[in-house]
Amino acid sequence: MPLLELENVSQRFGGLKALTDFSIALEDRELVGLIGPNGAGKTTVFNLVSGFYTPSEGRITFGGRPTRGLKPHQVTALGMARTFQNIRLWNDLSVLDNIRLAHHFRLGYGMVDAVFRTGRYGRAEQKIEREAREILETMELAEFAAEQPKNLPYGVQRRVELARALSTKPRLLLLDEPAAGLNSSDVDGLIRLIRWIYDEFKICIWMIEHQMKVVMSLCQRLMVIDFGITIARGTPREIQSNPDVIRAYLGDGAL
Amino acid sequence: MRGHTLNIIFALTGLALIWSAHAGLLDNYVLTVLMFMGINVIFASSLNLVNGYMGEFSCGHAGFMCVGAYVGSLLSMALFTNSKLFGDALLPPELALPLFPLVLVAAGFAAAAFGLLVALPSFHTRDDYLAIITIAANYIIISIIENIDAIGGPRGLFGMKKTINAMGDFINAPWMFIWVVLITFVSVMILYRLVTSTCGKGIPAVCQNEVAAEIMGVNTNKVKIMAFMVSSGLAGVAGALYAHVYGYVNAQAFNILKSTEGLVMVYLGGMGSLSGVVIAAIAFTLLVEGLRFVIPFVNDLTHSLGLLPAGFEISQVWKWVIIPMILILLMQFRPEGLLGNRELTHVFPGLKKWITFK
Ligand SMILES: Nc1ncnc2c1ncn2[C@@H]1O[C@H](COP(=O)(O)OP(=O)(O)O)[C@@H](O)[C@H]1O
Ligand SMILES: [Mg+2]
Repeated sequence: MPLLELENVSQRFGGLKALTDFSIALEDRELVGLIGPNGAGKTTVFNLVSGFYTPSEGRITFGGRPTRGLKPHQVTALGMARTFQNIRLWNDLSVLDNIRLAHHFRLGYGMVDAVFRTGRYGRAEQKIEREAREILETMELAEFAAEQPKNLPYGVQRRVELARALSTKPRLLLLDEPAAGLNSSDVDGLIRLIRWIYDEFKICIWMIEHQMKVVMSLCQRLMVIDFGITIARGTPREIQSNPDVIRAYLGDGAL
Repeated sequence: MRGHTLNIIFALTGLALIWSAHAGLLDNYVLTVLMFMGINVIFASSLNLVNGYMGEFSCGHAGFMCVGAYVGSLLSMALFTNSKLFGDALLPPELALPLFPLVLVAAGFAAAAFGLLVALPSFHTRDDYLAIITIAANYIIISIIENIDAIGGPRGLFGMKKTINAMGDFINAPWMFIWVVLITFVSVMILYRLVTSTCGKGIPAVCQNEVAAEIMGVNTNKVKIMAFMVSSGLAGVAGALYAHVYGYVNAQAFNILKSTEGLVMVYLGGMGSLSGVVIAAIAFTLLVEGLRFVIPFVNDLTHSLGLLPAGFEISQVWKWVIIPMILILLMQFRPEGLLGNRELTHVFPGLKKWITFK
């Protein structure tokens, strides 16, 4: 049984068909890429998968369970986490709090425990704090724990977002253009980091990326969409020489 | 352990105040002002949960205070007093003392239930539109109460003070004052513990990036319900105390003007700063009391200097020019309030020895 399966998923926004008959099945422990020109519908795919949009047509199952009707926080609780194309951190909270909040859906205590500071509250918060500090340590973010994300360099913010996503302990991690806005040495670091996460956390990673260097060196297989339509799938090598893909990216004149 | 030191300081201050009241060192006027201070602290810091921490703009907070004032008064009258409305007391008056907290809790829960009037629309509505709903909720609540003739309608409701008197007959102590001091402390504590827990941090997360919150696993609807219900519930408790301090409630005392007072305190203190809003509530109460003396003084002065014609008096109504004026000046010159969203510990780092807000 695939970890995530999309069957003929389409999404309409008013008159615009942003995605048409999109299908894919991801297995555990895969590293898969989704590429396509700007406005192709890539982020829309992630928004559908994470439950932020409900597909106009088609079926999405995660871990064998249809996700239609689930709210995004329920999908997260099933074991899916993501990062955003435009970083979405809680900018006025500390980095540590940003990570802690990734435990919100499995706090292990309720509001009443918080108010009465029960033993259950104490134990749960201790565990959350310990795990949050651990992930900050592993992601080399410990020194920023008390900082507000808005005061941090872009590359560090991206890492905080990754750490936050990993803190939910996902089985599937969705990365929406993780290299956007990074300079080329940061991009090399990011490639190593993603590979390390993939090996260390033993999860499935599905990434959207524009930079060929990133997808080519990381992904085992790729899917290409243009105007919401799937135009190619295959290994990075196959995709690189696919005429449809070259046309989509560079226009007809390129061939 | 740092939090405990501060608790002890607060507890000692509270005890000192209560002892002074009991020993007759504080006259009735001072006691009344101190009680309104406490009620304002609860009222403003609970509003701050929604307007500061959650970033919504509730302008109908007094409506929930009204629910609490009436429910608390009616319960206390029915249970502990012989009244025209309910006949003989249901319980012996000695029970007034131990059961009064339950009356306050019931008032809080009733007000929290009315909080749903705003919490449920907040799932799909934000900002200006939600602000309009809060104003509507304020009007709905006071109109409903004004139209129930059985509980006094527009004439208001008397008689809850007997409950407090019954406590005094039982054990001689300034009970009203004690309750206000105690409940103010407890309310601020509840808010403090909520906003410093990971659970409660869901509230600023919804404020700062609702999409990220929902997608990272925060049940944003549940967080909104929590924020609105805790906020309106505590306002209800403040209302029940207010009614017992005054000995009289009238729905019109909780109209939009009262809600505006709450806004002034929150924006004066700094949205999202618990310590800032507590300080602002204290300062605001002193300011309003000050106006009671300053306005007649200015009136007399201007008349004796011949600056105003004989027929024109500066009356207490000018309070309602001055308070909104403070709001205008604040928004113009210091929109982030005294402390902004910082806590006292950021302004005076030395305080971190005593308390931590993060
Ligand atoms: N919520 C929305 N409402 C209307 N149109 C949208 C919405 N989200 C995306 N679109 C449109 O769908 C198309 C695909 O967008 P997107 O998935 O963001 O592309 P990209 O491949 O660059 O990530 C674009 O034309 C975009 O304008
Ligand atoms: Mg995109």
